[in-house]
Amino acid sequence: MLRWLRPLAVLVAFFAMAGARADDETLTKILIADPFIELHTGPGRGYPVFHVVERGREVEIVKRRTDWFQVRTDRGVEGWVPRAQMIATLEPTGEPLDLQEPARENYMSRRWQGGIMAGDFGGASEVSVFGGYAFSDNLSIELTLTHILGEFSNGASATLGLMHVFVPEWRASPYFTLGTGIIYTDPKSTLVRAEDRTDQIGYVGGGIQLYLTRRFMLRTEYRDNVVFTSRDDNEEVDEWKYLGFAFFF
Amino acid sequence: MEVSGLRVLFLIVLAATALPGCAMFGGDGGTEAAPTSVPAADSAGTAVPSDESPADRPIIEPQVERREIKRARIDTEDFEIGAYFGVISIEDFESNTVYGGRLAYHLSEDFFIEGTVGKSKAGRTSYETLAGSAALLDDDDRDYTYYALSLGWNALPGEVFVGENRAYNSAFYLVAGIGSTTFAGDDRFTVSGGFGYRILPTDWLAVHFDVRDHVFDIDLLGEKKIVNNLEAHLGLSVFF
Repeated sequence: MLRWLRPLAVLVAFFAMAGARADDETLTKILIADPFIELHTGPGRGYPVFHVVERGREVEIVKRRTDWFQVRTDRGVEGWVPRAQMIATLEPTGEPLDLQEPARENYMSRRWQGGIMAGDFGGASEVSVFGGYAFSDNLSIELTLTHILGEFSNGASATLGLMHVFVPEWRASPYFTLGTGIIYTDPKSTLVRAEDRTDQIGYVGGGIQLYLTRRFMLRTEYRDNVVFTSRDDNEEVDEWKYLGFAFFF
Repeated sequence: MEVSGLRVLFLIVLAATALPGCAMFGGDGGTEAAPTSVPAADSAGTAVPSDESPADRPIIEPQVERREIKRARIDTEDFEIGAYFGVISIEDFESNTVYGGRLAYHLSEDFFIEGTVGKSKAGRTSYETLAGSAALLDDDDRDYTYYALSLGWNALPGEVFVGENRAYNSAFYLVAGIGSTTFAGDDRFTVSGGFGYRILPTDWLAVHFDVRDHVFDIDLLGEKKIVNNLEAHLGLSVFF
C-alpha cells in the first residue's frame, strides 16, 4: 500500500506547488503596427484564428512559448500570435519589439549550445550530454558528460575541452577538439582483478557539425582518448560518437 | 605506450600554437563595432552642458513626461517539468507500478527534447513461483531504474472539445531516445521509444498519457537476449 501512496503524495504536492504560482505582476505592453494581428487559440500554426486586433491598439504580452506569444487585449481576450506578426509591433517607446530568434541569419552569433550524442566507446555503448559556450566564431569551450555501458565494464566520464570550428559559416563544418577530464570505470564483478577506479583522461578528436534548420544541428565526432591509468601503461580508447543532436540558443 | 603520451603532448603543443592563430582569421566584426559607440555617447554627453549658457536657455522649460523605458522582459515558458505514475511490464518479471519525473524543453512548436527518470521494482519470474524456493535475484537487485534522453515530435497537434463551450489544446507526439536501465545489479544501454498524448487544461498545465517501450540486451537467464519492457503512464506537468 505504501508503495502506491508515495508517488501519489509526490503528485499531489507537485500539483499544489504548481497551483500556488503567483500571477504575473506587470506585463509588457506593445503597440500594433501591422494593419492587424490575428489571435490563434493555441501556440501552433494549425490552431484557428478567433480574434483580430487592429493597428494602433495596445496589447499585453502574457508569455512566450517557442515562437508563439500569448497576448491579452484591452478587452481581456487572450490568444496566441506567431513571432512573424509580433515583429511588426512596437514597444511603447516606438521602437520595434526586439525579438531575437536563433535561426540561420543569426546562426553565426550563437553562443550557447547543448545536445545529446550516442556512440561507441572502445566497444561499449555510450550516451553523452554536452553543453558549450562559444567565445568567438571559431572557438568554444565544451563540457561533456558521458555514461559508458559495456559488456565488461560500465563507467562515466566528465570532460572539458576546446572545440575549434574551422569554417563556422559553412553548413557542414569540420571541427577539431582537444580536452581533458576524469573517467570512472566500474568493471563487472565476473572479471578478475576487478576494482573501481577513477583516472584522468585526455583526448584529441574531430568531427563534423551540420546545420539543419532553425536552431538545430547534427554532429558526428571521433575522439582518440588516453586514459592515464595508475598502471604501467596508459590505455588508448577510440571513441566514436556516431550521431548527435544539438541545438543553440 | 610512452609513444602515445608523447603524441598527446605534441598535439597539445600544436593546438596551443595553432588555435590562437586560427582565431585571427575569424574576422570578428562584433568586437570592432563596440568601441565606436563609446565616442558617440561621449559627444552626446558634452553637448548637454553647452545648452546651459543663458542665451540658449528656453523661456519655457518643457515639462515632458518621460515614459519609463523598460526592455521587454517576456516570460518564456519553454520548459516543462512533471511527474508520472503508471505500470511497466518487466519482461520475465511481472508488471509493476512505475513512477518517475520528466523534464522537457520545447525547441519549437514541433519538436522537444525530454529527459525522464523512472523507478519500479521487479516481481518474481514464473520459474521462481513454480519452483518455490530458488530466487534468481536479491531484493536489491530487483530495483529497476532507468533514464532516457529523447527527442519528441508533436505529430498531431489539435484541440479536444468537451461539451459545447470548452476546447483544450492537445497533441499526439512521438518520442525516441537513448538511456540506461539499472536492473539486476547492472546498467544497460537502453533504446526507448513510444508515443504520448497531452492535453492542456490551462496554458501552463498539461496532462499526459504515454506509452513507451524500453529495449535492451540482458544475459541474466543464461544467454543474451533482447528484452522489451513496455510502460504506460499518466502524468502531470507544468510549463515554466
